[in-house]
Amino acid sequence: MPTITVNKKEIMKLMGKQLPDNQLREKIVMLGTDLKEIKGNEITLEVFPNRPDLLSEQGLGRALASFTGKKTGLRKYDVKKSGYSVIVEPSVKNVRPFTACAIVKGLNFDNEKIKEIIQIQEKLHITFGRNRKRCAIGIYPLEHIKMPIHYKALPPKNIKFIPLEANKEMNGLQILKDHPTGREYGFLLENYDKYPVFIDAKNDVLSMPPIINSHKTGKITNKTQEVFIECSGHDFRVLKECLNMIVTTLADMGGKVFSMDVVYGKKKHITPDLEPRKMKLDLDYINKRLGLDIKESQAKHLLEKMGFGYEKKEVLIPAYRTDIIHQVDLAEDIAIAYGYENFEETIPKVATIGWEDPLEMFADKIRCVLVGHGLIEVKNYCLCDSKVQKDKMNLNLNLVRIANPSSEEYDVMRAWLIPCLLYVLREYKHHEYPHDIFEIGTIFKVDTKQDTGVLEDLRVAVTLCNPESDFTKIKQIFDSLMEALDLKYEIEDTDHPSFISGRVGRITVNKQYVAYMGEIHPEVLENFDLKMPVAAFELNLSELLKAMRRK
Amino acid sequence: MERIIAQLHPLERKVLPWLDRYTNLKEIAKQAGLQEVEAMRALQWLSNKEIIKLEESSKELVELDENGLLYKKDGLPETRFLKAIKAKPLKLSEIKQKTGLSEEEIKICLGTLKSKAAIDMVHGVELSVMITTQGERLIEKDSLEEQFLKKAFPLNKEDLVDEERYAYTALSRRKNIIKTYVVKTKTATLTDLGKKILAKGFKDEKIVDTITPELLKSGDWKKKKFRAYDIKINVPKKYYGKRHFVNEAISYIRKIWLEMGFKEMQGTMVQTAFWDLDALFVPQDHPAREMQDTFYIKYPEKGRIPEALAQKIKQVHENGSDTGSLGWRLPFSMSSSKQLLLRTHTTVLSAQTIAKLKKEDLPAKFFSVGKVFRNEAMDWSHLFELYQVEGIVVDPNANLKHLKGYLKEFYTKMGYSDVRMRPGHFPYTEPSMEVEAYHPERKEWVELGGAGIFRPEVVKPLLGEDIPVLAWGLGMERIIASYYNITDIRNLYDNGLKQLRDMKEWVKL
Repeated sequence: MPTITVNKKEIMKLMGKQLPDNQLREKIVMLGTDLKEIKGNEITLEVFPNRPDLLSEQGLGRALASFTGKKTGLRKYDVKKSGYSVIVEPSVKNVRPFTACAIVKGLNFDNEKIKEIIQIQEKLHITFGRNRKRCAIGIYPLEHIKMPIHYKALPPKNIKFIPLEANKEMNGLQILKDHPTGREYGFLLENYDKYPVFIDAKNDVLSMPPIINSHKTGKITNKTQEVFIECSGHDFRVLKECLNMIVTTLADMGGKVFSMDVVYGKKKHITPDLEPRKMKLDLDYINKRLGLDIKESQAKHLLEKMGFGYEKKEVLIPAYRTDIIHQVDLAEDIAIAYGYENFEETIPKVATIGWEDPLEMFADKIRCVLVGHGLIEVKNYCLCDSKVQKDKMNLNLNLVRIANPSSEEYDVMRAWLIPCLLYVLREYKHHEYPHDIFEIGTIFKVDTKQDTGVLEDLRVAVTLCNPESDFTKIKQIFDSLMEALDLKYEIEDTDHPSFISGRVGRITVNKQYVAYMGEIHPEVLENFDLKMPVAAFELNLSELLKAMRRK
Repeated sequence: MERIIAQLHPLERKVLPWLDRYTNLKEIAKQAGLQEVEAMRALQWLSNKEIIKLEESSKELVELDENGLLYKKDGLPETRFLKAIKAKPLKLSEIKQKTGLSEEEIKICLGTLKSKAAIDMVHGVELSVMITTQGERLIEKDSLEEQFLKKAFPLNKEDLVDEERYAYTALSRRKNIIKTYVVKTKTATLTDLGKKILAKGFKDEKIVDTITPELLKSGDWKKKKFRAYDIKINVPKKYYGKRHFVNEAISYIRKIWLEMGFKEMQGTMVQTAFWDLDALFVPQDHPAREMQDTFYIKYPEKGRIPEALAQKIKQVHENGSDTGSLGWRLPFSMSSSKQLLLRTHTTVLSAQTIAKLKKEDLPAKFFSVGKVFRNEAMDWSHLFELYQVEGIVVDPNANLKHLKGYLKEFYTKMGYSDVRMRPGHFPYTEPSMEVEAYHPERKEWVELGGAGIFRPEVVKPLLGEDIPVLAWGLGMERIIASYYNITDIRNLYDNGLKQLRDMKEWVKL
């Protein structure tokens, strides 16, 4: 979630109300953002991804002005025609096919405002723009531009201009290779043979989206009063929404918004369109969902508190609110306006029958028996080190592997528990002995029969680690477990590279393989740096439960 | 006094008779026929009962070191030097040969003896040394140092008289002649109480220490008295078998939901993106789906998804289908639906549960306490593998007030009386809320989990009907860590055996 920092004084001004910090904090939180802190004149907060319109001082101030009741209802934004147009050439079709554009005049930029504009642009890029992939925004002083503007794609070698934050002319390829912004976002263009540019009637390059503006025509200063704004990307609707968020913010700063004709061949679109969207209000549905019984007039009042308009049973949704796609979204805004704290906590008297998962219950029984033996239960992660699972156990295994592990020590899902227990014994070998421990946990095996390609079973493993631990001691515990469950088992000699040959057995219950038991091989102990004998068993509880049910 | 006498331990009884004659631990042990440690234990107990006064004194003893032993036998080097030239002046090489002194010792002797005017140098082809009258006087009798060396060591440093002290100081400046060490001695002296006990007598043939099967079988116990114990004494620690303390807490949490009539859900940790994300209406270009937040499985790579349901959900994403929603209006990729991952939330189990529900099963309530995975760097407050407490209420009459009610009930039972819900955001719930509890020590609201009512875009394709489903996914580790006074959340799962043995039980009544 993006974090923004806004100026408290400016917010209060936009809100039209002075509030002490503790009340302001409450309002900001209950409006639906994650407030980090109010420190001096700075408010730091996280904005939820569904509300990109709050990513600016103006956006937040606007929402708070309605929410605190100072300036409620739908805000009107006038859009006049600028008479300018942007001609979109077919050459951009493959690389970045769409743009939505606008002109804003009458701006009074100071350094604070410029910083603010850059912050909005950046935050929208990261969130709504999905790191410029879905949408990138360019803002240019109008004074240097000769209309009309063309949006077209050119071979990168033929694109030549001085980019921002550079002091020499570069071509498209050089920008991707040598310019810091080019290196960061170059991956969005590098596979295309032509790169998109906005270019004016004098043939001056304004920018190469989504990378960088031209220094000559694309640098906002505190003298700038009129700007040309474009959003470029792959989905025209998304671009229009993004443009709306920017121009309404600039309008709230005091700017006048003018539309442009965006010409796609024979088709002409006029952007921006700041007319509110309309959605019918289903008050019964909303009341039911919220457990309220609010009347239409109250609903109207609550909607207005959230910046909506309401006429003739229809909600007028401001052009910057891109998140309203269903009645439930209106329900949430009504709930916020009503105040989450005002919903009375109720538990309905509905009778349902509780039910405990049998495998969980079964595991708990096993736990009781083992704790009765004085064993200590440990709890390891399911993510594990492949070296611990295989190499250190002298074993080769087909493991479920993680594509993007956070570290090498957690690169697979564990396929058995004993290695995890040996790892614990290694880590704490200086703690007081005996180290008789057990774990009940899930293991993961590649299995194409499963929908997920992975079989997950619950198992229990016991390791006895003390000077006297041996096969007899571990078998005593295993026997007690089988007796406790009233089960007969058979054990057969087997070979397993992790155990001492001749001291390891494989166990079946009702003809189903369920366990291994034996003394851990000294070579394995050495791999875990252990100087104490270990006897262990590992028992599959999922299979055992099935076997018991068959019985 | 009677009671004190009755409580006397056999060891105490053994040392006590000797205490009027002996005060030194060694001596007492010897007389009582005990090991020194046993006698010490007995004296310690007696001292605790104020029967004796136990004092520790330390003294510094002086002992000859290796050169000291040598010089005691052969005399000090400077004396040997003087004696060698007593008859006639000798060259240095001759002195060396005659005395057996080392180069270094001869050099030191030259210095010392010259400063005492005991020798004169005779310069010739080779330097020779001659004794003076002063020198002859010096070897007439033993020096203070030599007298000192001949004493019986060890000597108590405290007790040295002036002359000895002079010699001691002079010798301790020289290499390896004498050494000192500290000896601690314990002395026990009877207190008035002790004297009284001794006078009264404490021998009692009838007193037995241990109750044995033989005593019981023979009935001899009837003729005996049992020694009274000091029941306040500390006993050695005994460990017991234990469930993991996190599992203790999980049991408690499961019980809370079971008591409220919730059924337990189970499911796999490896899931397809379809169930974990798509079915929950998380848009396919949502930032949380990127590699840095979610663990993806490299092998095996793809899973199977239910085709018919997947088609429905694709429609919902692309255009809202019959849910009354606009949808995300983004192209939906079936192939990325099949991507395998480690479940990012147990909400995936809720989706799978709803998909299996029939209309006649309603109303229905489900919960689970299960592991979820987040690809985050581990630090004191973050884990990449952690638990989530999940719950859903599928009820045509459910509403936001009920959601708050269930959560309030849960947190009250977990010991958090001050809980608040504030607006939040999740792609699959609307309204959404963050649940916070007030931390009385940190004096701030702490995030505990998320909740909301599932969007129709989630419920309708899975259940076939738009019915409100209350849902929550709550963190568990923070609450547990706080209960067990653990500040670094990683310590919950570090399996330190000492911590596991010593950890208190989860007691909430």
